[in-house]
Amino acid sequence: MKAILALENGAVFEGRAVGAEGESFGELVFNTSMMGYQEILTDPSYAGQIVTMTYPLIGNYGVNPEDVESRKPFVEGFVMRECCFEPSNWRAKQTLPEYLREHGIVAIDGVDTRKITKILRTEGAKKSVISTVDSNHDSLVQKAIDSQDMAGSDYVKAVSVKEPYEWNPNFKGKYRVVAFDYGIKYNILRLLEVAGCKVIVMPATATAEEALAQRPDGIFLSNGPGDPAALPYIYPTVQGLFGKKPIFGICLGHQILGHAFGGTTFKLKFGHRGGNQPVMNHITGQVEISAQNHGFAVDPDSVDKSKVTITHTNLNDGSVEGMEHKELPVFSVQYHPESSPGPHDSRYLFERFIRMMDEARSGN
Amino acid sequence: MPKRTDIHKVFIIGSGPIVIGQACEFDYSGTQACKALREEGYEVVLVNSNPATIMTDPDMADRTYIEPLTVEILERIIERERPDALLPTVGGQTALNLAVELAESGILEKYGCELIGAKLHAIKKAEDRGLFKEAMLSCGLDVPRSLVVHSLDEARAFGAELGYKAIIRPAFTLGGSGAGVCFNRDEYDQVVEWGLEASPVTEVLVEESVLGWKEYELEVMRDLRDNVVIICSIENFDPMGIHTGDSITVAPAQTLTDKEYQIMRDASIRIIREIGVETGGSNIQFAVNPVDGRMVVIEMNPRVSRSSALASKATGFPIAKIAAKLAIGYSLDEIPNDITRETPASFEPTIDYCVTKIPRWAFEKFPGSSRELTVQMKSVGEAMSIGRTFKESLQKGLRSLEIGRFGLGADGKDKTFTGSPDSQEEKEALLKSIQTPVPDRILQIARALRAGATVEELFKATQIDPWFLRNMREIVEAERELRAANPDDAATLRKAKELGFSDTQLAHLWGMQPLEVRRLRTKHGVVATYKLVDTCAAEFEAYTPYYYSTYSDEDEVRPSSKEKIMILGGGPNRIGQGIEFDYCCVHASFALKDDGFETIMVNSNPETVSTDYDTSDRLYFEPVTLEDVLNICDREKPKGVIVQFGGQTPLNLAQALEKAGVPIIGTSPASIARAEDRKEFRELVQKLGLLQPENETATSVEEAHAIAKTIGFPVVVRPSFVLGGRAMEIVYDHPALDRYMTHAVEASPEHPILIDKFIEGAIEIDVDALADGTDVIVAGIMQHIEEAGVHSGDSACILPPYDLDPQLIEQLKEQTRALARELNVVGLMNIQYAIADERIYILEVNPRASRTVPFVSKATGIPLAKIAARVMAGKTLRELGLTADPEPQCVSAKEVVLPFIKFPGVDILLGPEMRSTGEVMGIADNMGMAFAKSQIAAGNRVPTEGTVFLSLNDSDKHKMGGLARELSTLGFRILATEGTAAVLRAQGIDVEEVYKVGEKRPHIVDRMINGDVDWIINTPMGVESKSDERSIRRTALERGLPTMTTLAAARAAVLGIRAMRQGTATVRSIQEYHAGAGTGKALAR
Repeated sequence: MKAILALENGAVFEGRAVGAEGESFGELVFNTSMMGYQEILTDPSYAGQIVTMTYPLIGNYGVNPEDVESRKPFVEGFVMRECCFEPSNWRAKQTLPEYLREHGIVAIDGVDTRKITKILRTEGAKKSVISTVDSNHDSLVQKAIDSQDMAGSDYVKAVSVKEPYEWNPNFKGKYRVVAFDYGIKYNILRLLEVAGCKVIVMPATATAEEALAQRPDGIFLSNGPGDPAALPYIYPTVQGLFGKKPIFGICLGHQILGHAFGGTTFKLKFGHRGGNQPVMNHITGQVEISAQNHGFAVDPDSVDKSKVTITHTNLNDGSVEGMEHKELPVFSVQYHPESSPGPHDSRYLFERFIRMMDEARSGN
Repeated sequence: MPKRTDIHKVFIIGSGPIVIGQACEFDYSGTQACKALREEGYEVVLVNSNPATIMTDPDMADRTYIEPLTVEILERIIERERPDALLPTVGGQTALNLAVELAESGILEKYGCELIGAKLHAIKKAEDRGLFKEAMLSCGLDVPRSLVVHSLDEARAFGAELGYKAIIRPAFTLGGSGAGVCFNRDEYDQVVEWGLEASPVTEVLVEESVLGWKEYELEVMRDLRDNVVIICSIENFDPMGIHTGDSITVAPAQTLTDKEYQIMRDASIRIIREIGVETGGSNIQFAVNPVDGRMVVIEMNPRVSRSSALASKATGFPIAKIAAKLAIGYSLDEIPNDITRETPASFEPTIDYCVTKIPRWAFEKFPGSSRELTVQMKSVGEAMSIGRTFKESLQKGLRSLEIGRFGLGADGKDKTFTGSPDSQEEKEALLKSIQTPVPDRILQIARALRAGATVEELFKATQIDPWFLRNMREIVEAERELRAANPDDAATLRKAKELGFSDTQLAHLWGMQPLEVRRLRTKHGVVATYKLVDTCAAEFEAYTPYYYSTYSDEDEVRPSSKEKIMILGGGPNRIGQGIEFDYCCVHASFALKDDGFETIMVNSNPETVSTDYDTSDRLYFEPVTLEDVLNICDREKPKGVIVQFGGQTPLNLAQALEKAGVPIIGTSPASIARAEDRKEFRELVQKLGLLQPENETATSVEEAHAIAKTIGFPVVVRPSFVLGGRAMEIVYDHPALDRYMTHAVEASPEHPILIDKFIEGAIEIDVDALADGTDVIVAGIMQHIEEAGVHSGDSACILPPYDLDPQLIEQLKEQTRALARELNVVGLMNIQYAIADERIYILEVNPRASRTVPFVSKATGIPLAKIAARVMAGKTLRELGLTADPEPQCVSAKEVVLPFIKFPGVDILLGPEMRSTGEVMGIADNMGMAFAKSQIAAGNRVPTEGTVFLSLNDSDKHKMGGLARELSTLGFRILATEGTAAVLRAQGIDVEEVYKVGEKRPHIVDRMINGDVDWIINTPMGVESKSDERSIRRTALERGLPTMTTLAAARAAVLGIRAMRQGTATVRSIQEYHAGAGTGKALAR
């Protein structure tokens, strides 16, 4: 069956339908990871987005039950050069097309993904639609134009849990950590547990009081989708936790901290999505190869340098990749130290969070 | 960290002659390192014995030594140059081993020379199997169970534990030399013994067999700040058990999840840190059990390697260049990525295409050797291809190989076992056959798919991952559909091209000519589009025009309006067409760039300098076939295309390209054809009043016999249009001719056989000349050591001639000029002459670049290929300042290296079929020393004293008196078997008689094994050499005993010995040798 991808700028690509039937809208972005499509599909940060994989051969190793990053795929659509129908890997339980159909993800292959990537690189992320039901190019382009804009939109409420829950009720843990779920990836929860944390996951709308009522040793602010500037209801919560408990933020959590520190965020032209982004750690002088997935960034000029230190910078474009408060035990990174998919260079940040909680405990 | 200011002069060791397992990838890495260091202001001192390299060009380093790669010579260079540092990691295993020796012997310390890149302890930890295993276990990684042994006794108990299913790997050998796999006790004992012999330290690793596991490689880089990045992952198509150099490999890894890949990445980072490679690239190999994912570390190379060259070309990340910059102190984030300019080198390339590398073998040159692929590498070259899918990439790779195939079958070239391509018997036969890995196994698998074999059956037979097999099945299924489809249809054509089918395959499927397919495609707008290799999957803008073709929406080529010259490369290396031709292509590009042209390189060989993205203005990494070249011409519209430099590959395309309207510059294809066509050439020779051995062309067996009878035996027979003397033989009688005509070749009107009178005992001469249509410069005259009859590519030679009458030299020059003018040569020309009884015979004229161009350039200081390129683009020799034949300032000797050690059971005799893989050069003030140096450089360590064994054929016996007397005078003890001994005694020469094999014992081979013999001089008895001769030569080969198989070589060696006795080999840089000539650099500009 045929599928069509149409962009708001009028570009149209015809290909093969390899996922669910239907029509799906989202901001079209590209990811340069050569592996890890299963993790990408299930990363809640992709809510509202259609993802193009720049690596042309996707689905080679199938889908397994272990490598998921949340309860279901969150991408709005998936674009590939060639989707594999007969995978090969000892852990594979399902093919990618089966998985996409099962979860209602509209997907297309057989298109010039490099051309798409270059459009996004030069013109910026684009509102788009993938359809298996409408074959009229003009109508599809119009639908893309009329679809919801990512900037200014709150996708967090839709992906966050509605009720608090314990990540692993059977795990005791040395530390209690409250994790705000703005669209949290499982691997963050897994790594917090490996580091000895009992994690209580709370909805994005939970208040500082509700969080503190859990008697946490530390607070974790998660990754998530959409525009951080559209989340004013969250900043006071975070401000209310400053100085009370150590805070660690990743990705959207980092951008929210930026706002809570009084700064602002802005939309990057086409974002950073992949597993090869070089980040300079200004404390060690070393480079970390990082996994990234973000379309917005903290404006370095908006941050009060007397209070906040920029700890990490992206070596490709100089954007802010990490911050810490000069006095309070609060720090964050824009990239994904939990990776999955991606390199494991920055796992030390979880240890740092643990040390902060240790210090806070001994200080109390 | 900024670059170091405490070092100023860096010493780089090259990898020596091209051998199996160590080819031009180290010219690429060494050249990159030289350029990178000089760019940073360091003085570079370089040594390499291989003249056919770009790195040994006088303007690549400040001081360039073309000298033998031995510790003694290197010490002399260090003593003379006093470098502050030695970079040991860019010259392959050869350089690394020498660096270890220099460090361990205290030489580096003595002269205050520091090892940079990798320290001694790190090299040892990576190279010593025992230490490596210990290191892996200590950092928590899994390895195959193994034991290091130094004797067979030690090996036996462990063998029993493993059930004798083991891999034996000798320590410190090249390309896995001496390694083997065994399945039973007898094999086990035998392979262990071989391995112990092959290892210079008598040490082998006995290892648990992981045959059939999936094999992966990661290319890793580290800097002094301990930043580590992975440049590329490579997955082998062929499972463990086949040397990675003999495996089809694919980049990036295809069947690993991110979880598994990251485990491998983490392991690689831990390994490079644990081993302690400070800076630069390393290559780490892993095996993965396909059943449960168990991952074991196989080995690590603490240096750049063949795989790093592949990874550099596959990603656009120049590993050797960056490695050199890291070695002098920079950190990765301080080095810009050339391709994106704005982003740093401290990242991991991500690619948006699929790369396939396919090795090329030369088993046809070594009849009698097993074609089975094992853990010992046997391939002589490789092609790389890039496509958007594995299917496209694989088909492009197969047609890049130039083995007469145009993709995964479907080209009318498949022979069936049973006569019917899709029968059950055919399938069974193929399933059985593919269990043994051989060079064309991949094509056999395709045939098995056509015969109905399932992926499961194929996996069972080959252990090749089902993902690869299914992709192949898709190609075969598409072939079936295409055959039935209407060719005159855009969708059909597009689908076929997206799957990588060549026009030739489609033409076969549709019963038409390839150019008709091309016309149909053009009509429907199905044309190749070009995409960039940019290290970043289009995330950033790329500034280096490095392209590959695919069939898609967007074409990224932005042709400029500058005048363009396109240079066609030589494709994969093979015996007879190697680095020398790449050298010429690179020179053409450099020279024409300097003249203001935009240069475009087309090639498919990932090992070479020509495929470095900054060698030419534009690089097309594409198969060098008519279809692919025409596609690029359509896009770029070059002003001229050079086909003379890349060897036979582009030459074979010349006429078709010209017919298609492509402007070929230089000597016209018609002239080239005139020189190749026997009849036309004979007329030409007669017209000029020159001589040629009597010759005729036969198109049938009967004709051949008739011709031989008229001309008279012995005759040289060979097929027309081949390079490297493929299937060339000297035959002495009718039965031998019969054998040749029925077994070796198929004669037909399309494939005629050339028959020449063989002139026995003639001196062979090679001449390289330059011509511009008016003037002719005779650039170099080389006198061969071996007599005519040994392929010129396998002969040692001396420049200038060492015992030719000046009058003959004048005549040679005159004849060369006459031929060049008559053929209207514009560019390079090579002529082979034979001289007998003061008469000059023309053996062959090639109006194109020859194998000897780099050697002559180095010997005379005149960059022949550069000048030729500029002449082809319109300059005259006079304009370039060349008005007289150059007078060499020194004596240069060329010697070849032969790969016999890799092909057990093959005799080592030289003949008209070329079998050498590479060459070395010795430069000195006199012929003796130059020859001696060339022998040392080639690894023929001719002794200056000791015992020599003489065994000569009847005709040589009578000519050997002088030689034997000289040896005796020099103090050698002479051993000989009965017949030879009698002749020598009769001449009053002292000789000790020794038994032949098969007489009494201890016979000669026993004596050799006991170490009683230092040197063998053995000239063969004829075509059917006796088995004891074979066993003598084979034993000598296996024990590394210097062996000369011609009297001429032995005589030259005696001159060498005299020179060595009179004084030690002095070293001098080529900049010094040619300072007086003053031509080299000036002309190059």
